[in-house]
Formats: sequence, C-alpha cells, structure tokens
Amino acid sequence: MTKSMHIVKLSIGYLLKLLLVTVFIFPFLWMISTSLQTFKETLAFPPTMVPAVPQFINYVTAWQSGPFLTYFSNSAIITISIIVIQMLVLIPAAYGFAKYKFKGSSFLFSLVLLAFMIPGQVTFIPVYLMMSDWGIGRTLLPQIIPFMTNAFGIFLLRQYLMQVPEELIEAARLDNASEFKILWKIMIPMSKPALATIALFSFVSHWNDYFWPLVMTDSAAVRPLTVGISMLRETEGISNWHVIMAGNVILVIPILIVYLFCSKQIVKAFVYSGIK
Amino acid sequence: MGKKRVSSVIRPYLMILPAMIGIGVFVIYPIFYLAYLSLHKYNLMNPAKSKFIGLDNYADLFARDEFYKVLGNTALYTFATVLITLVLSVAIAVWVSKNTKFNQFIQAGIFTPHIVSIVSIALVWMWMMEPSLGFLNYILKSVGLPTSQWLQSSSTAMASIIFVSVWQGIGYYVLIIVAALQGVSPSIYEAASLDNASKWKIFYKITLPMISPQLFFILIIMTIGSFKVFDTVRMMTLGGPNNSTNTLVYYIYQNRTTNIGYASATGMVLMLVIGILTFVYFRMLANKVHYQ
Repeated sequence: MTKSMHIVKLSIGYLLKLLLVTVFIFPFLWMISTSLQTFKETLAFPPTMVPAVPQFINYVTAWQSGPFLTYFSNSAIITISIIVIQMLVLIPAAYGFAKYKFKGSSFLFSLVLLAFMIPGQVTFIPVYLMMSDWGIGRTLLPQIIPFMTNAFGIFLLRQYLMQVPEELIEAARLDNASEFKILWKIMIPMSKPALATIALFSFVSHWNDYFWPLVMTDSAAVRPLTVGISMLRETEGISNWHVIMAGNVILVIPILIVYLFCSKQIVKAFVYSGIK
Repeated sequence: MGKKRVSSVIRPYLMILPAMIGIGVFVIYPIFYLAYLSLHKYNLMNPAKSKFIGLDNYADLFARDEFYKVLGNTALYTFATVLITLVLSVAIAVWVSKNTKFNQFIQAGIFTPHIVSIVSIALVWMWMMEPSLGFLNYILKSVGLPTSQWLQSSSTAMASIIFVSVWQGIGYYVLIIVAALQGVSPSIYEAASLDNASKWKIFYKITLPMISPQLFFILIIMTIGSFKVFDTVRMMTLGGPNNSTNTLVYYIYQNRTTNIGYASATGMVLMLVIGILTFVYFRMLANKVHYQ
C-alpha cells in the first residue's frame, strides 16, 4: 500500500466517524434551529435549516405558556434535596456496612440489594396512596423522600470504603478520635471520587426524571420542568414545534452545559458505575 | 466501660438505621401493600369500602387478550432493543476503542443523548418523525426512498420507538465495552498476530470471550431496563396506534386510577419478571466469580 493510499484510507475513517457522531448530535442542533424559527418556517418543505432571523421570542412564548419559573425551581429544589438527603443517609450506612461486623449485617445488606433491584414502576401505586394518606400528596415531598436511600450509592461507597486500610482506622482510634471524626476526616476525603460519582449520577437521573413526577403530581404547583415541558404540546398545540423546541432547549441546556465542561468526569462516572 | 460497650454494639445499627428506614418504608412495605391491593377491589374514594376478592384480579388479567398483547409488545420491544444495541455497541466500540483524543471525542458525542431527559429526546424525535414536515422523511425523499408514517402507523410505531431507545442508550454501552476492550492485555493480541490469525478470528476467539463478563452485565441490565419501558411510550404514542406500542408499565399506568386492584396485579407480574431476571443475573454472577 502506498503512502497516499494510506492517507486516503485514514481520512475516510475519520469522515465516517464524524458521520457517526453527527447522527447523535444532529437532533440537538435541529432542536436549536427549530426553536429559533417562525411558525411559517417550520411548515416549509424541504425543511428550513437555518432561520432567516433568529426568533428568540419563541423562548418567551414557551416560558410564559405555563408557570415555568415554578417548574424550574421545583426541579432545582427536588434535585438538590435528594442529593443532600441521600448523602446524609448513605455515608454512615456505607461506613457501617464496610467497616463493622454485626449480627444480621449480611441479611440487612441483601435488603439494600433488593431495594436496588425493585424499580419505582413496581412501587408507585402503593407509594402514591401512602403519600395521600399522610396528607403530603400536594407537596414536593412525594418526589423527594422516596429516594432518601440510594441503594446503588451505598453499594458503590461500601466497595470503596472497604479498600481503606484497617490500620488507618485503628491508629485513629488509638488517638482517641471519635467515630464521627474518623468518618469526617479519613473516610470522606478518601472516598471523594466515589461520592462525586454518586452525586453526579443522582443529579442527572433526577433532573431528567419523567416517570416518577408524572405519577406523583396532580397539580402545576408541584410539577418539575420535565413534566411541564412535556405538557407544552397540550398547551401550545401539537403543531407549534418552534415553541415546543424552545421549551425543550430550556430543559436540555443546563445538562448540556454541565456535560460540555465536565464530560470527562461524567463519562468516567458512568463507566465506573457500569463495571465496578 | 459497660456503657461504652453497649454503645459500640448498637453503633453500626444506628449508622445504617436511616437507610434501612428508607428501604423499609419505600420498598419493602410498598411490595406488601401492592400484593394486598392486587387481592382487592379497591375503592379510591372510600378505601374502607374496598373488598377482598382473592385472585379475581389475576384471573381477570390472564383472561384478557389485551394483557397478552401488552406482554408481547414488551417482550418484542425488549428483545429488539437489547439485540440491536448489543450488536451495534460492540461494533462501534471496537471501531473507536483506540485511546486517542479524536476517539474520546467521538465516544463523548455518542454518549450525549444518554444524559439528556427522555422528554427532550422524545419531543425532538417526534418532530423529526413528523410524517409530512419532518426531517427524516425529507432525507428519505431526497435519496429517493419511500417515506414512512413513523409513529402514526401501527406497523411502524413500535420500530420507531425501538429506534429512539437504541439511539439514546447506545453511547453508555459503547463506553462500557470500550473500557473493557482497553482492559484486555495487548500481549494476548500480539501472540495472535504472530500466529497470523485473521482479524475476524481474533475478534471472536479472543476479543469476544475477554469482554464477555461486561457483555453479560449489559445484557441483564438492559433487559431489566427495557422491560419497564414507559417514558418513550407515554411521550410519543400513548400506547397507540391501536395498542401497537402499549407496554406493561404503560398498561399499569393506564389502569392506575380506574382499577387499582387490577393495575396492582399487573404490577405484581412485572415484579415477578424483574425478579426472575435478577435471579438469573446473580446466579450467573456467582458462577463467574467461581471460575475466576
């Protein structure tokens, strides 16, 4: 094979790979393009690729079509509360499972694995009834407290903490350090990567969640952004794609910005969670 | 001293207590509650008037054609999604596995849909699949192919949903397989190339067996994940046209307010399916650990 043929082959490879990645990126570009078009432009066939004059007004229309400030802050409150509560619950639990021997620990840990396996799609009917029984059906709590125990997080952090050498803990105990201090000064700093993975994972999955808020909420006051955006088709009419796409961009942009700046960590976190 | 001993005995229990309360209240109790509901004719307005009816809900469920239709749809969706994703993700992973900056960019690009909400994904694909104005039919038309009704015909709706699911999920599996491929020791490949083995032979004699644990992991989590498909169906087709995309979880969702007992019985079936899959997974996992 001559050198020039080699170069041709190499560049075809590059081109094909770029084509592949385009298949996955293009819909997002299309979404942005549509969100800036006029209604008339969206009706054109062949489709309008780039709007003549970007219509930022579509974003205003989408934002004003419902209580979007409420949706947005609901999403933020729910996601942040879940992450904070999960951390408070899972750190001591993972430490207990990783570093203590106690009666029934393997049985209790198997319950954690069970929780990991049972999806919300199985439990949502009883949980919904429980929430109404407790009189908190119309608050944000049904979207927060069912996630207080992150079984996956306990599992991951426990694996991590088990690798912390026993001698380190013993030495700290000899120095009369309290268990809380050991946790705070040794365990948490040493498990930062695992904690970051867990938090990132929670953020992405709860910010994006659609099923749970859909089945738990009956009123606009407690709806998160995902459900609010999904209802744009009903409020704005099913063919107003320019407004629907503008709402869609509002939903996607926060995640895409985070991804743009720390795609490496996110990719790592997802791979790490997958292969343990 | 005695007081200190007692506190050190109960300390681990205190540490895991909040987590166990969460599991007890939001996983274990609801499972029993679900089983209870599935044996009742539940009265949503006045729960005190609910009636115990034994296995009637189950009998009703197994006698209805629509249940088998829904179960069949779910199985078809699962089978197709898992198979297509697995084959494509292995192919792509092998293609972009070399650790270069360019390949990392490609991997990150393919992965992007995975971290975006299904709501956005569904909406943008519904727009692209719009039969008269959508981008996909424009592409088909411009290369001279017949256009499709996509989500709006009962013969193509399921395929369209499977397409979107594969598109969204594949990046994650590519990442996992790439990581697995990079973990295979290069010396094994060197030995094979000394033997003048063909590329294809190296692939299925060496590469595939070496990454089989990860492939198995993917197979199981994807099967469980696909079996509870809901979001795409709710967003894109509402189970239609003609129930052609109605799936198990969507079916539960449809009945959740009108017939709670019946929906709960369906939920028990879903749990059973997931339970079996999980059991198989742990059995295989145990075997794998065994021979290592």
